[in-house]
Amino acid sequence: MTRDLVTVNVITGFLGSGKTTLLQHLLRDSGMADTAVLINEIGEVGLDHHLLERVDESTVLLQSGCLCCTIRGDLAVSMKDLFSRRERGQIPRFRRLVIETTGLADPAPVIYTLMAEDVIRHHFRLGNVVTTVDAVNGARQHRRHDESRKQIAVADRIVITKTDLADGRNLAALEDQLRRLNPSAPRFDSQTDCLTAAKLLTNDVYDPRTKSNEVARWIDAEAFSEHDHARDSTRGLGRALGRDHTGKRSNVHADDINRHDINRHDGGIHAFCLTFDTPMDWTAFGLWLSMLLQRHGEDVLRVKGLLHVAGMKTPVAVHGVQHIVHPPIHLPRWPDRERRSRIVFIVRNLSREDIEGSLSAFNALGARAAA
Amino acid sequence: MGGGDHWTESGRATGGLKERSVAQTRRCERAYQVRLANGVLGRYGLCLADWQGASFVLSNHKGASAVIDHFGALWAAAEAMTGSACDPLDPGLIGALASGEPPSGAPASSASSSRSRAKRRAVAA
Repeated sequence: MTRDLVTVNVITGFLGSGKTTLLQHLLRDSGMADTAVLINEIGEVGLDHHLLERVDESTVLLQSGCLCCTIRGDLAVSMKDLFSRRERGQIPRFRRLVIETTGLADPAPVIYTLMAEDVIRHHFRLGNVVTTVDAVNGARQHRRHDESRKQIAVADRIVITKTDLADGRNLAALEDQLRRLNPSAPRFDSQTDCLTAAKLLTNDVYDPRTKSNEVARWIDAEAFSEHDHARDSTRGLGRALGRDHTGKRSNVHADDINRHDINRHDGGIHAFCLTFDTPMDWTAFGLWLSMLLQRHGEDVLRVKGLLHVAGMKTPVAVHGVQHIVHPPIHLPRWPDRERRSRIVFIVRNLSREDIEGSLSAFNALGARAAA
Repeated sequence: MGGGDHWTESGRATGGLKERSVAQTRRCERAYQVRLANGVLGRYGLCLADWQGASFVLSNHKGASAVIDHFGALWAAAEAMTGSACDPLDPGLIGALASGEPPSGAPASSASSSRSRAKRRAVAA
């Protein structure tokens, strides 16, 4: 079904972080030949593209009153107009749309517009979200601006720009900050990495050829950042469930691991991966995640999970951004030998233990109900 | 739940989630969804019932009811009906669910609540 939908990539990043420069670079890639572009602002970097449109800012706040559940009216109008002209043959039949947000944009309403607007969601589907981060000013921007932290939290790919202008120590600190905020997003250096459309945009979780690798990446990335779990769990917790260097679970005092609460610089945002050995009851999971997002959706910046659903041989991948959950993806096989559910959360001011305990309790309810 | 467009239903559309043993048929699946939801809703004094296999009816003790289409709409309706937060991270809820204790104070299902009302009228008479 997704083959008939126009894939939408969002390029976001704080002011001056090099979004347009990246876009300009990617549009030269032969893999981007059938791509239309929507930009929010005309910046200093000129873009010369035959399918370039401008979007003006206007938003429609929905009844829920939640800012992330906002239909970007301007964006919706622009996308529908573009699609209409495509269907009438007035413009080339583009198969991909790239949206460049403003530097101060919260990306959640853009994603919500794609997922929730009635017309748009039947013609477009969300692909990778790429976030550019300025190596020189990025760390300071994250500390000061919630938008900047959210841009990183929702990213599927992070491109660090201006690395040639940053000193090594600051760059290492920035890398550490990005890893804490979003461990599963691959990071690229705009100066040294070969940035291709395939690496950043076209290989995504809905592409049948790449979806298994993409989901495996969620889990792999979390595995190498296991050491961050315990300190990520320190907010408001006397004890945290951590892992020792062998990966074995152990109860450890959070204070012993890190007396300096690192999250205070990240606006309370932290990432962790939960693992469940018991197969997940799909109905219980749906009930739980819907309830969690209703109450805490604004603080659940990202959920990415590989579920071992009770009664199924192959895994189901689920992912969402704040109140928005994408359609689950059925994978043809497990990406590794582990046959258990693994779910990555990027949350703000929510504790790992509470989420783990809550989901376990709902799953137990499902197990009892199914018995 | 009822609405095929909601992500909790998408598994069925692609065929994969039909395999699970707890729901061999659509009717069984909906009955299971209702039973599971009521395991949580009952703790807020609410009750969910299937409505013609297409939607669900959420109700409370006072006779208020609301039609909902899917899980995504369930909790907003539940919070509106109770006037308070339904928080899955509430330690009290987690503890109650983990212990497996049955919910108390849940309204009876639509059929049994009719019987209850008739019984109450009989007692009053």
